Amino acid sequence: MAAEPKSKYEPAFLISAYQDMLFYRRFEERVNQAYQKGKFAGFCHLHIGQEAVCVGVQKALRPTDYVISGYRSHTQAIAKGIDPKAVLAELFGKKAGAVGGKGGSMHMFSKEHRFLGGHGIVGGQCPIAAGVAFAIKYDEKDDIIVCYLGDGATNQGQFFEAMNMAATWNLPVLYIIENNQYGMGTDYHRVTSVDRLSKRALAFDMDHSEVDGMEVLKVHEHVSGIVAKMRKKPRPYLLEVLTYRYRGHSVSDPAAYRTKEEVAKFQQRDPILQLAEILKKQKIATEDELKAWDKAVKERTAAIEDFADAAPKPEVSDLWLHVLAD
Amino acid sequence: MAHIIEMPKLSDTMEEGGIATWLKKEGDAVKEGEALVEIETDKATQEYESPEEGILLKILVPAGKSVGLRTPIAIIGEKGEKIPDLAAAAAPAPVKAAAAPAASPQAPAKAAAVAAPQPAAAAPVAAAPAATGGRVKSSPLARKVAADRGVDLGAVAGSGPGGRVVVRDVEQAKAGSSVGTVTVGVQPVGTITASGTSVPVSMMRKTIAKRLLAAKNDAPHFYLTVSANVGKLEDWRQQLNKAAAKEAKPGSAPTKVSLNDGVILAVSRALRRHPMVNASWQGDTILLHSQVHVAVAVALPEGLVTPVIRNSDQLGVREIAAQSRELAGKAKAGGLNNDAYQGGTFTISNLGMFGIEEFTAIINPPQAAILAVGAAILTPWVDDHQRVVVQNRMKMTLSCDHRVVDGALGAQFLQTLVAYLEDPLAMLAG
Amino acid sequence: MALIQFREALGQAMAEEMARDDRIFLLGEEVAQYNGAYKVSKGLLDRFGAKRVIDSPISEAGFAGLGVGAAMAGLRPIIEMMTWNFGLQGFDQIINHAAKMLYMSNGQFNIPIVFRGPNGAAHMLGSQHSQSFDAMLTNVPGMKVISPATPYDAKGLLKSAIRDNNPVIFLESEMMYALKGEVPDEEYLIPIGVGDIKRPGKDVTLIAWNKMLHVAVDAAKELEAQGIDAEVLDPRTLQPLDEALIFASVRKTHRLVIIDEGWDFAATSAQIADRVQRECFDDLDAPVVRVNSLFVPMPYAEELEAAVLPSVGRIVQAVKDVLYVGN
Repeated sequence: MAAEPKSKYEPAFLISAYQDMLFYRRFEERVNQAYQKGKFAGFCHLHIGQEAVCVGVQKALRPTDYVISGYRSHTQAIAKGIDPKAVLAELFGKKAGAVGGKGGSMHMFSKEHRFLGGHGIVGGQCPIAAGVAFAIKYDEKDDIIVCYLGDGATNQGQFFEAMNMAATWNLPVLYIIENNQYGMGTDYHRVTSVDRLSKRALAFDMDHSEVDGMEVLKVHEHVSGIVAKMRKKPRPYLLEVLTYRYRGHSVSDPAAYRTKEEVAKFQQRDPILQLAEILKKQKIATEDELKAWDKAVKERTAAIEDFADAAPKPEVSDLWLHVLAD
Repeated sequence: MAHIIEMPKLSDTMEEGGIATWLKKEGDAVKEGEALVEIETDKATQEYESPEEGILLKILVPAGKSVGLRTPIAIIGEKGEKIPDLAAAAAPAPVKAAAAPAASPQAPAKAAAVAAPQPAAAAPVAAAPAATGGRVKSSPLARKVAADRGVDLGAVAGSGPGGRVVVRDVEQAKAGSSVGTVTVGVQPVGTITASGTSVPVSMMRKTIAKRLLAAKNDAPHFYLTVSANVGKLEDWRQQLNKAAAKEAKPGSAPTKVSLNDGVILAVSRALRRHPMVNASWQGDTILLHSQVHVAVAVALPEGLVTPVIRNSDQLGVREIAAQSRELAGKAKAGGLNNDAYQGGTFTISNLGMFGIEEFTAIINPPQAAILAVGAAILTPWVDDHQRVVVQNRMKMTLSCDHRVVDGALGAQFLQTLVAYLEDPLAMLAG
Repeated sequence: MALIQFREALGQAMAEEMARDDRIFLLGEEVAQYNGAYKVSKGLLDRFGAKRVIDSPISEAGFAGLGVGAAMAGLRPIIEMMTWNFGLQGFDQIINHAAKMLYMSNGQFNIPIVFRGPNGAAHMLGSQHSQSFDAMLTNVPGMKVISPATPYDAKGLLKSAIRDNNPVIFLESEMMYALKGEVPDEEYLIPIGVGDIKRPGKDVTLIAWNKMLHVAVDAAKELEAQGIDAEVLDPRTLQPLDEALIFASVRKTHRLVIIDEGWDFAATSAQIADRVQRECFDDLDAPVVRVNSLFVPMPYAEELEAAVLPSVGRIVQAVKDVLYVGN
């Protein structure tokens, strides 16, 4: 059931991966509670259940690599370096937010950390990622860009247009489909002609593969291999990560289109639980230590919420800022 | 109940009226038939008598403003009565108030026959009323310029769509103050001039302009010029005046007979001999007027008016002199009501007092002819015996509507006229 | 001063800017080996090489988005739309992404990009190839929209557009590419957002841009023969609009006719009319009149097409209406 412990993973790496996933889980749970308490409004898409993808990929990248994503991206933004306090403050519409209260849940950005958003138009980020890769190649750098998209985005024309250009011009863009089975409330099988979405790459003679997204070490190892090849020789890649979201499409979605049994089946393979087993098996952490970490993470998220609560709101005059650049 | 008082039609050609003076103020009691307001028509300013009794509850159109016919101008009702809203006022129901104004120009039956045929002059051209229901439609610029220059928009006729007052109307309404400040003056003919002085156009001037233009457009004019030796007429006139001075009671100035009075007499008598000249074109028929009413042009600062001497062919020259003096005096004082202008069958225009030797005049429709009279001048003349003599001669030009008066007919009329002028006694022969 | 074609002016602008700044590249259909569908980019491939002058696949949404991404990573793309009718496919990237990025990122990611290509009707190309998108594009905050009418303006404004740090929409016209005009030999820039009085006059202001400017100038000549002195104002930039120039002209002439190839409903001309009625209310002697394309898809037949587009006759009539002068 659990991944075989790999000798190449140092205890510190495993602890870090575990604590990151645990933090993202608790962070999103707190986001959900804050939403339910009415602390903010608008759309809010949670990443709970998909932590292994975020952590496994991020640990395969270096700071100069770029990440761009869709609208389920709170924890991807944090993973790329944005302060979680800034993410929650952004959700609360505060001036201290990642983008000063101008973006909200779907639009986190950090130029410093090369996190290029948070985008709300399904598939719209795909050609932008190709453009960033174009620029990387133009500047003859060996960075790459990871472009997250959902299974729903793979039926958008822009996704195909972007893959065609990326493949034609050998652009260093790694498209990662987080296949969590549902495009909003629609099982992707009902609207998609292929079972494995990575096969879309065949049309462009592009490298592609799948990986189990419930096991963070598998994700990390797989992505690390892809990235290493991309750095040596710029070319695009389409990776399908098989994952699952425990919550509805958004906080307002009761997810009535699927069974509790189905959710429970994936939860048995929960990425955090799987890594906990490894930590315990390798005697890196005891059950008590895991509990203590969890307590610490909860305290941390509570402090983050206190920060976001206390942060000042933007000035109304701020709304005129940044419409146009100088 | 409250009665809406509307702008009455006080002349046959009136299309709008200006409020000259309110003779009552809001809250005053008004009796039926009591003078309520002075209204300026295209012809004159005259009092309008209240058709209702009650309290003047509301003046809707202030003095100085012009509105179209049947536009509500005031509300008369009982004391304390609620003023009906203007939407209701605009409805056709309560129009009885002004339906039959007391001073209707249609009242004299004799005038009706003449007033009937109205050529295109009656059609609304540019003078569509700018004001409806008391609101003056105007362009924002026109309002600004009017405010800057102290022009009352209500007194300006709009030339824009629906009678909108546009800036050129304001400029034309404000004399002597518009030089160069605002660029307008677009003419339909296409030339644009920026400089000059704009002079306001009174309603009288507008009516004159319209009617003369229509007359010149509609009536094919031709002209016959003749001269007459008025030496005998002049002698006769002077004898009459000397006699009158003797007969006059001490302290009263007798009416002097002018040479023009003699011309009026002669024309009136000649018209009786030539009824085809005392006529009107009516499209399918020609109306031969049974009476001779000679209109005499009187120059006023605002323009020319033509008060009528009724049945002038029945009058002696002294009566003609008395009437023409009275009419001219009243016309100059603005005191003639519309009746005085109605029903002329022929017009005489005399510019002799200005030294004009001869000129042509435009027919005053629906009349068929007008006589333009020049100055009586001592002139060397070859007489019947082929001798050069000095005569007191006067030139006259008859403008004829060719639809009614042919050349020979006009010439015959002038022959008679010359005979009467040269020998006033011949008039007695009938 | 050289007498050059509109297309050459645009080509010169791109070449000069690309020589000045190697972050600039040109991407679009047929821009490289074919030298441009309308030969605007003629010679650029030879001069700057395939790295910077790139033939795109027929993927307007895709290469528009690629440009946005490249701009986010520090390049300065020029994206050519073979026509803005095709550019419509890229509107998601232009409107949802390029125009929003700076704002959504709270000032972190500006998008220095030019989207350029011909806009509006050419000649007998039918409904799908004869549309003017000014109104749709100017309606979006976060972008600038330029629509020049002469080779001189086109060159000076395109250079400014390329140097601008924002998304700039640059609207050209198939019908004007061969138009010749004087262009100085020395380098010059025309600032974005500054209009130009193409013909001074005192009786009425005609506002027109792009190829409609030339129709308006023809109408002004016709009006001159009739004694009416029309001022022709070319805003050159539609977003932001040179409102100060427009208001000054209207305050001088007191009458405004706007000629706009776009459909009349919610058109750019409607925006201008709104601003003028608001700011120059007391200066107007007549309602603002707009001469737009008729509200139908563009028909093919020559006579029908001519009837849809603003014409000298319609402009002259509109001017007479605002001058209260009959026929």
